[in-house]
Amino acid sequence: MTTLSDPPHADGFRLSLLVRDKRYRSYTFQAIALIALFVFFGWLASNAIRNPVLQQAGIDFGFLADPAGYDINQQPIPYTSQSSHLRASFIGAINTLIVAFLACVTATVFGVFAGVLRLSNNWIVGKLMALYVEMFRNIPVLIWILIIFTISANVLPQPSAFRGDDPEASPILGVAALTNRGFYLPRPYFTNGIGAVPDDVPADGGAPVAQEVASIANWLIVLAVFAASFLAVRGVNAWATKRQNATGRRPSTFWTNLGLWFVPIILTLLILGLRWEVPELRGFNFQGGILARNSLIALWFALSIYTGAFIAENVRAGILAISRGQTEAAAALGLRPGRVMSLVVLPQALRIIIPPLISQYLNITKNTSLAIAVGYMDLTGTLGGITLNQTGRALECVLLLMAFYLVFSLVISAVMNAYNASVALKER
Amino acid sequence: MSDTHAESVAFVRESVIPPAPPPAKEAGAIRWMRENLFATWFNAILTLVALYLIWVLLSGVVPWIVNGTWQGSSLAECREILQGNGGGCFAVLRERWPQLLFGFQYPDYLRWRPVLAFFLLFVAVPPALFVMFLPRWTLIVTAIYPFLAYWLIWGGTILTPLFAALGVVAGYLAFSFTERRGFVLGLAAGVVTALAVWWIGGLLAGEFSRFLRLEAVVSRAMGGFMLNLVLGIVCVSLSLPIGILLALGRQSSLPVVKGFCVVFIEFVRGVPLITLLFVANVVLAFFLPPDANFDLILRVIIMITLFASAYIAEVIRGGLAALPKGQYEAADSLGLDYAQAMRLIILPQALKISIPGIVNVAVGLFKDTTLVSVISMFDLVGMIRGPILASTAWAGIYWELWAAACLMFFVVCYGISQYSQWLERQLQTDHR
Repeated sequence: MTTLSDPPHADGFRLSLLVRDKRYRSYTFQAIALIALFVFFGWLASNAIRNPVLQQAGIDFGFLADPAGYDINQQPIPYTSQSSHLRASFIGAINTLIVAFLACVTATVFGVFAGVLRLSNNWIVGKLMALYVEMFRNIPVLIWILIIFTISANVLPQPSAFRGDDPEASPILGVAALTNRGFYLPRPYFTNGIGAVPDDVPADGGAPVAQEVASIANWLIVLAVFAASFLAVRGVNAWATKRQNATGRRPSTFWTNLGLWFVPIILTLLILGLRWEVPELRGFNFQGGILARNSLIALWFALSIYTGAFIAENVRAGILAISRGQTEAAAALGLRPGRVMSLVVLPQALRIIIPPLISQYLNITKNTSLAIAVGYMDLTGTLGGITLNQTGRALECVLLLMAFYLVFSLVISAVMNAYNASVALKER
Repeated sequence: MSDTHAESVAFVRESVIPPAPPPAKEAGAIRWMRENLFATWFNAILTLVALYLIWVLLSGVVPWIVNGTWQGSSLAECREILQGNGGGCFAVLRERWPQLLFGFQYPDYLRWRPVLAFFLLFVAVPPALFVMFLPRWTLIVTAIYPFLAYWLIWGGTILTPLFAALGVVAGYLAFSFTERRGFVLGLAAGVVTALAVWWIGGLLAGEFSRFLRLEAVVSRAMGGFMLNLVLGIVCVSLSLPIGILLALGRQSSLPVVKGFCVVFIEFVRGVPLITLLFVANVVLAFFLPPDANFDLILRVIIMITLFASAYIAEVIRGGLAALPKGQYEAADSLGLDYAQAMRLIILPQALKISIPGIVNVAVGLFKDTTLVSVISMFDLVGMIRGPILASTAWAGIYWELWAAACLMFFVVCYGISQYSQWLERQLQTDHR
């Protein structure tokens, strides 16, 4: 049998080819899709143009420069009610990032613990962790946030309970007080740093802007020292690997690394003159220190424990995906259990764990918008809440709000995907 | 074997000795405990910590439930009955149960309708869930259910849901008659027919609005757990087809279609649901015709459906990507066109792979329906935070209400996830 293929079309273009010929059909479809899209968005736009409210107000972002006129209870940068809406939104964005960062860290800790423990040989611990995971995964995070907020607002003692000679409650280790207004924690500050603050800090805490900047500069110095330690430790490890490849014997690096981690940072803190400002009970309330309000605590703890349950499942799946043969092969090579974990199992498991972990971090960031339910002033609370209600600029506020979350999500996922590509299997 | 040793062996046992019982320490409960609870020192410590934790939990929860009371009509009365014995005041659940379920605006004397709809759910859903055990005609019950449930919950003339159903049936018939002349043509015919029937039906329902009429309930009156269930079920069902289309669009080779789908999916996945609910609450009205009557619940359904369909699209895209390339090529080599290949070869397999992911999205979405309480709709969470905790009789009672809410969500979500695991095992056709 012979096969005949269609002879190539010698004739020119006919209109019916737009539907029948595969080469042209795609253009027809795309043209139709494009027209449909234009019609749909045109319809939306024409509705918006004819809308009486929008006609009257127009679209104008000028309101961002107006004084906000409301107070924000957690101010990472100075703010008064006379500051602009833009500054209020900016503070909201910083507050979003603060709680998102804190929750990501603790959720990872919870998740790794629960995931590893659920795989343990210990029957009762495994069941307990399964209970934790199922309970938190199957109940809405909003309910958890509200429950933990209720606990922190109703179960913890009032500041006045810490008063008197024989108080009902006492601060933990004498430095941190858990009250129903929030957690009062000691605040670190530097006595010899740039823009040093004298030892007795004014109680009202109205620090001028210049000092705020100086304080941040001090912390940047600490961070830089930390980064230098990290690089040095990496250098030492690389040197050890090189020696191992050359001589077959790995030099001991434990004490060197320990010293590199701790000695520089302790020296820096001593030179800068680190002091702790401990919260003290004055009158009816604690003064000084850092106040982590119970809205922050509730949001932070609920998000971490809820997302931790999801991360636990990711971690468990990642570890289970490494076949037993890998562990056995590593043991057969004579590696000790610790090294089997760090050199063979973990690098492979991480490759599986990291992509879902990224999306959990993004979920945390998006879920911080539930702050509005407990009155934590994040971006949704300031820009999407009070500013929106005060100015009535719904369209502009919601657009800005979405743009912030969108940009943040896209940036994080781009960074994390780059990291993921660097640890992914190098295929040829 | 050589027989050189045959003479040197003095004794050979010719019967098997029955195995001796293991030592007492290596058998039964003791062995189990040694292996599973106290294998190493570290394990023993973990066990003790876990036991302590369980003790703390139980010593708090058990007296609270056992000593609790279901009597009383306010917190003060409850406390009097309890006499400070640490029990829970479950009377709030007894007294406010209808509110928790239906919200505070749904008329009392009409509550039998959502209740009936809820119980009919257990008749309508099994044919879809257990397709492999029940005869196929029972699926008709599932198909009728959405229209019936709409009629029961919202009321009004029966013509509205009747013509909605008729439109779907007519559209399907038109599609199946014209399909052999081309999938696109069939689709167009189906859509046009359905729209025509709906238009006629809308006119008729407006004309004969008293025909077989149940008392109408406005959408604003929906509340409580019913609102969560309605939003969850409606949005998941609507977002499945949209999600499939978006996933196919994202895989498409047509740049315009693909570009639109990518932008839509990434945009929706990049913003929190709350901002979309804000859009439904305050922005969407700008973009709809000023005279159109889109109430809040409908706008919320639109936004949640869009939200869910982006996530479902990503799940299905994963399923499509997981299929071996050979399946696509095999479909092409059989001479199937795009629509046939997708419908007959690709999607059945891809959807099967995506079931766990789809269920995850569905459970997540059902949990996220609680977010509507933020835009002042009174779902279960909204009811607890608003009318109940603000009432003078029950202000200051938390645990009982939150525990009830947790239990209701847990039962539904855990049930769904167990079902999906069962379904996955049922559909496992590859032999391992």
